[in-house]
Amino acid sequence: MSAEVFSVFYQFADVFAFLILSAAGLAIVFGMMGVINMAHGEFIMCGAYVTVGLVNLGVPLAIAQMLAALTAGLIGVLVEFLVVRRFYKRPLDSLLATWGLSLIVTQSMLLIVGSAVRGIGTPEGSFAIGGYSFSTYRLVLFGCAVAVLGGLYIIFMKTRFGVIARATMQNAAMAKALGARTGRIYAISFGIGTGLAGLCGALYAPTMTLIPTMGATFVVESFVTVVIGGANVLLGTAPAAVFLAMIRMALNASYGQIIGQIGMLVAVILIIRVLPEGLSSVLVRRGR
Amino acid sequence: MTSRRKLGMVLLGAMLGTAAAISVAQGAEPPLKVGLLEDVSGDLAFMGMPKLHGSQLAVEEINKSGGIMGRQIELIHLDPQGDNARYQEFGRRLLNRDKVDVLIGGITSASREALRPIVDRTSTPYFYTNQYEGGVCDASMISMGAVPEQQFSTLIPWMVEKFGKKVYVIAADYNFGQISAEWNRKILKDLGGEVVGEEFIPLGVSQFAQTIQNIQKSKPDWLLTINVGAAQDSFFEQAAAANLNLPMGSSIKVMLGFEHKRFKPPALNNMHATANWFEEIDTPEATEFKKRWHAKFPDELYINDMGYNAYNALYMYKALVEKAKSTKLDNMRKVIATGDACIDAPEGKVCIDPKSQHTSHRMRLISVGPKHEVTVEKDYGTIQPYWLGEIGCDLTKKNDKDQYTPSHLPKKS
Repeated sequence: MSAEVFSVFYQFADVFAFLILSAAGLAIVFGMMGVINMAHGEFIMCGAYVTVGLVNLGVPLAIAQMLAALTAGLIGVLVEFLVVRRFYKRPLDSLLATWGLSLIVTQSMLLIVGSAVRGIGTPEGSFAIGGYSFSTYRLVLFGCAVAVLGGLYIIFMKTRFGVIARATMQNAAMAKALGARTGRIYAISFGIGTGLAGLCGALYAPTMTLIPTMGATFVVESFVTVVIGGANVLLGTAPAAVFLAMIRMALNASYGQIIGQIGMLVAVILIIRVLPEGLSSVLVRRGR
Repeated sequence: MTSRRKLGMVLLGAMLGTAAAISVAQGAEPPLKVGLLEDVSGDLAFMGMPKLHGSQLAVEEINKSGGIMGRQIELIHLDPQGDNARYQEFGRRLLNRDKVDVLIGGITSASREALRPIVDRTSTPYFYTNQYEGGVCDASMISMGAVPEQQFSTLIPWMVEKFGKKVYVIAADYNFGQISAEWNRKILKDLGGEVVGEEFIPLGVSQFAQTIQNIQKSKPDWLLTINVGAAQDSFFEQAAAANLNLPMGSSIKVMLGFEHKRFKPPALNNMHATANWFEEIDTPEATEFKKRWHAKFPDELYINDMGYNAYNALYMYKALVEKAKSTKLDNMRKVIATGDACIDAPEGKVCIDPKSQHTSHRMRLISVGPKHEVTVEKDYGTIQPYWLGEIGCDLTKKNDKDQYTPSHLPKKS
């Protein structure tokens, strides 16, 4: 019996971690800043590739993952400076620009690195409860997801940077008038967002096949989670992930993956219908 | 970049070759146009790249040795990027605008079924070069890969005898996975086996914790893994991490997706497959072939069976055209009808079956060990693609243009 209970928790934790880790970066970039970052998946891919590259050079996995997140963050700051900065008042154009970026990056990776990279293998470790055996690393992922949520909350709600950042997102002109260096705030926030995307890729790299289009498997779930999260992104993403994870887990377990995926997306449609302060309200707010 | 440059070089070579032929003033004819549709970007690029390479290698070799009936080959490759709508668009473009003499390609069965109606409206021959779920009875299509009677009728009895009768199936949720799972049910039923679980996975899904648990709950003796694409292949890594440790069988793993090269050992340990080609074949003909391939494409991670079949397709086309002394589909099919459409391939002699226009293959059952070493467990010799003929498909008499499955058989007339 305890095995069944634990397995339900494990499955929930697994889906929850996937949703949170893939959505955390987007929650900032899309949810807070209002940039529809179509290259979100490519930052995830970047994190994964850097991780694998460093591990192949002999860097320990955990350090490689941190460096990968850092790399994605720095590239994010650069991309903000070169591209995204020009589109804060034109959210739909930012969609196009980042989509173009995404296409360029995937195709370049395909040409430079090749169509498939050999994986590095999930860290050893599994444990058995009842008739089931579980991978320890999946619980590590869950722990990381919770830590990311906590970290985000502290950064944006409890620090001086967080207050200024939120002020800048709400009313950039006023924040600027009060002395906030809004350009820098935008760049750092974007960097944190892409760094978290990189972290997602870094954490999932050992468990997945590495191909240039791998980011795509995260993108739908991440957008959906953020949109459902609603107006208050930082406080909304976690309950959104809990809700979607419960639905998906229950349907996956009883009816298999197809119904699980369909069910989750149907739930999303219903929520947006009932609580419409999702994608549209963000667009309107930024567009003004 | 490199592949495009190489394609450019092949085209240049073809043009120079043509120019040379003209200068000899033999009444030179224009080159034969070969249309090729293979994914070299998108989710399936890692499988499609060897297919493009195989075609390029064959074209280069054939052109060097004088072409087909003295005509050089011009290879026109388009990349549909794994998008079935693009397969149709590019298929139309190659057939109607470029007026290719032959169309080759397609990776997934979905892309093939998207193309087939378009090909059927023309009189252009179409070569499908993958192993697949079988059953296409269509006079326009020549299938170069292995089919279930060559793959499943060998693998499943062997797995049942060795590991047991209870099977769990993980299959990609589209026609290939669905029909392959149907084959498994049929063969298993005849053997007195049992499907204890069957799970169809949407393409692009990469997370399998729940699936792994469902498998552990059903306690199968072995797994049939017919999951497709890079995302779904993550199953192996995640199953190994969870210490699932079950024997596996498949019609597409190892020789097609070279998972044993892409994943760190021992993720693919205890995988079994039946194949007409895998790079580890070490007969003299195969070794010679691999040497030529790697000389031209030194970075190739693995010569997979699709790439190998794509290479054979051009030689088969050459053999058909030269025997028919014509590039017309009808004349080529007259050669096929004699049962004499054969080539000496790196695996050995392969022939096209007149009734179904599918290819005979020498099949071997291979297994993967803990260090991802590949061992040949059993050599079945040459197996004919007999199933379509048995159920009543006879393309020498009637063009059904249909795909049959164990539950969708031709109507008795």
